[in-house]
Amino acid sequence: MVNISMLRPERKAAPGAPPARVRIRPGRGYRVFQVVNALVLTGVVVVTLYPFINILAQSFSSEHAIETGRVNLIPHGLNLTTYKTVMSDSMFWRNYRNTVEYTAAATFVSMVLTTCYAYVLSKKQVKGRGVLIGIAVFTMFFNGGLIPNYVLVSQLGLRNSIWAIVLPNAINVFNLLVMKAFFESLPGELEEAAAVDGLSTYGILWRIVLPLSKAVLATMILFYAVTYWNSWFSAFLYMDRSELFPVTVYLRNIIAGATVGADNGTAGDTALQIAANIQAVTIVLTVIPILTVYPFIQRYFVSGVMLGAVKG
Amino acid sequence: MSTPRTLDAPPGTRDTQVRRPGRGHRPRRQRLTWRRAVRRDWRLYTLVIAPLVFFAVFRYLPMIGNVIAFRRYEPGGNLFGEEWVGLHYFQLFIHDPTFWQVFTNTLILGGLTLLFTFPAPIILALLLNEVRASGLKRFVQSISYLPHFLSIVVVAAIIMQLLSDNGVVNQGLHAVGHAPITFLQQPGWFRQIYVSSEVWQTVGWGTILYLAALTTIDGQLYEQARIDGANRWQQTWHVTLPGIRPTMMTLLILNIGTFMAVGFEKILLLYNPLTYPTADVISTYLYRVGVVSGSFSYAAAIGLFDSVIGLVLVVSANYLSRRLVGASLW
Repeated sequence: MVNISMLRPERKAAPGAPPARVRIRPGRGYRVFQVVNALVLTGVVVVTLYPFINILAQSFSSEHAIETGRVNLIPHGLNLTTYKTVMSDSMFWRNYRNTVEYTAAATFVSMVLTTCYAYVLSKKQVKGRGVLIGIAVFTMFFNGGLIPNYVLVSQLGLRNSIWAIVLPNAINVFNLLVMKAFFESLPGELEEAAAVDGLSTYGILWRIVLPLSKAVLATMILFYAVTYWNSWFSAFLYMDRSELFPVTVYLRNIIAGATVGADNGTAGDTALQIAANIQAVTIVLTVIPILTVYPFIQRYFVSGVMLGAVKG
Repeated sequence: MSTPRTLDAPPGTRDTQVRRPGRGHRPRRQRLTWRRAVRRDWRLYTLVIAPLVFFAVFRYLPMIGNVIAFRRYEPGGNLFGEEWVGLHYFQLFIHDPTFWQVFTNTLILGGLTLLFTFPAPIILALLLNEVRASGLKRFVQSISYLPHFLSIVVVAAIIMQLLSDNGVVNQGLHAVGHAPITFLQQPGWFRQIYVSSEVWQTVGWGTILYLAALTTIDGQLYEQARIDGANRWQQTWHVTLPGIRPTMMTLLILNIGTFMAVGFEKILLLYNPLTYPTADVISTYLYRVGVVSGSFSYAAAIGLFDSVIGLVLVVSANYLSRRLVGASLW
C-alpha cells in the first residue's frame, strides 16, 4: 500500500496559510541576496515566457520576415493572413471538434469509473478492500508495456474509434487515490444518518457524498480534461484517418512536415516543410483554450496535488 | 493513514503507524465471512465491477500479454502468440548492437534528467521561500506552472521553432558572429536540448510540494538555530533541508521509478534518424521495431526487460530510502 503521507506534512499547512516565518533583521549580505534572488526569479519568469511571446510574434509575422531571422519578440510584417489560412482549413476545425468530443467523453467515463472505485476503497469496513487497493496501486509501478497494449487494443477492434482513446487510460491511479483520500475525510455520521433514513448505498453516494465532494470532483474533472485535451499518442497510434485525429495530432503532423496521415515517428525526416508562420498559428490556436482557463483552474490543480499528497 | 509527523519523531516510528482506534474491534470483526460481507455490502461491490473490468482488461491482460515475448506472435493471430520459442527473442536482442546503444542512451538520458530535474524544483522552492513580497512570489509561481499545462506536442513544436535555422537561438548566435547551428539534426546537441526543455517544463510545477513542506517547518527551530549562532546559509542547511527531506526522498523514489521511461513521447516527436546515435532510447526503439516494423514478439521482449528493470529500480530505491532515511512509499 502506498503511503505518501510524508509529502503532505500537516493539515494546518493549507495552501494560502501564512508561512511560519522568522522575523530577522536583515544584514547587508542578506539584502544583497534578496536583490540577487529577485533577479534570478525574474530570469525564471523571462525564460518561461520568452518562447510563448516568440511564437505569438511569429504567428503575426510574414513568412519572409521569419525566414530572414528578424522575428524575435515583436512581429515583423504584421498581418493576419496566416490566421485566415489556418482557420479556413476545414480539417483543422474538424480535428479541433474531435479534441472537444474525445475530451468530454473520456473525462466522463474516467470520472464515473474513478468515483465508483474510490468510493468503495474509502469504506474501511469493506471486505477485500486491501486487495482492491493493491490491484490499483500495483499498476503504478508495473505495466504491460506498449506492445502488449497495442496488440490488445488492435485485437479488440478499437482502432479508429473513440474507445481507443477513452478506455485504455480510463482510471488514473493517482487521481483515484486523491478521491479516496477525500472521501475518507468526509464525516461518516452524515452517511450513517442517511442510511437510517432509508437511503441505499447508491442514494447515499449520489445525494449525500457527491454533493459534498464538489470541490474534489471539479479538481478531478480538470485533471482528466487537461490530460485528454493534451494527449496525442493514443490517437496517433490507433487512428489512421485524418478526419479522426484530435488537434494535437494535426499539430504533430504539421511540425513533422507531413501533410496527411501518420508517417510513424520519423519526425523531421520528411522533405515537405510547412512554413514557420503556419506552425506558429497552429500552436497558438491549440493552446488558447488552455491559456484562457489557466488563471482560473490553476488553483484547483495546486489543491489537487496537495490532496494527493495526503495519503495513497 | 496519515500519521501527523513531527520533525523530532524517532525514525523507527515512521512506518509502524499508529493504529486507528477502530482497529481495536478486529477480533469481533474476524467473524465476517465473504457470504455475510457480500450480503451486507453487495451494493458497494456492484460499484467496483466496471473499474475491475477496466483493470483486468487494460492493465493486467497486457501484463499477461507479455508472454508473446516467449512465443511467436503473428499480427492478427492469437493475442498470446502461436508457439513457444523460449528465450529466442531475448537472445536476439542481447546480441543486437542497436539494443545496447539504445540501452546506454536510456541510462545516460535518464541519469541526466534525474540529475537536473530533481534538484531544480528544490532550488526554486528555496528561492521562492525567501521572497518577502507575497505578490511577487505568487506571480512567479503562476508563471512557472504554465509549461506544465501544455501538450507535449506543443512543447516539441515550440522547441523546433526556437531552434530552427532562423529561430531565436540562432538569431542570438548570429548576433555574436557565430554560424547557425542545426541543433535538431546533430546528435551532439540532443541531450542538452532534451534535458533543458525538461527542466523548463517541470521546474515550476515541481515546487508545489516543496513549498507546502517548507511552510510546515517549525519557526522555533530557526530561532534556536540563530541563538546557536547559525547564519542564513547554515539555517538553510541544518533546518530547512532536513525539514523537507521526507518530501525530497518520496519524490526521488518516484523519479527513479520513471527512470527507464524517459520521455518517450517527447523523444518520438523530437528525434530523427540523424540524431538516433544519442536520442534513440529503449521505448522509441521498441516502438519502431514493434509498431512500425511489426516484430511484435521481439519488441515485447525488449519491453518486458525494460518494465522489469523499472520495477527493480523503484523497489530498491524504496528499500534504500527506508533503510537510510526512514522515508518510503510503502
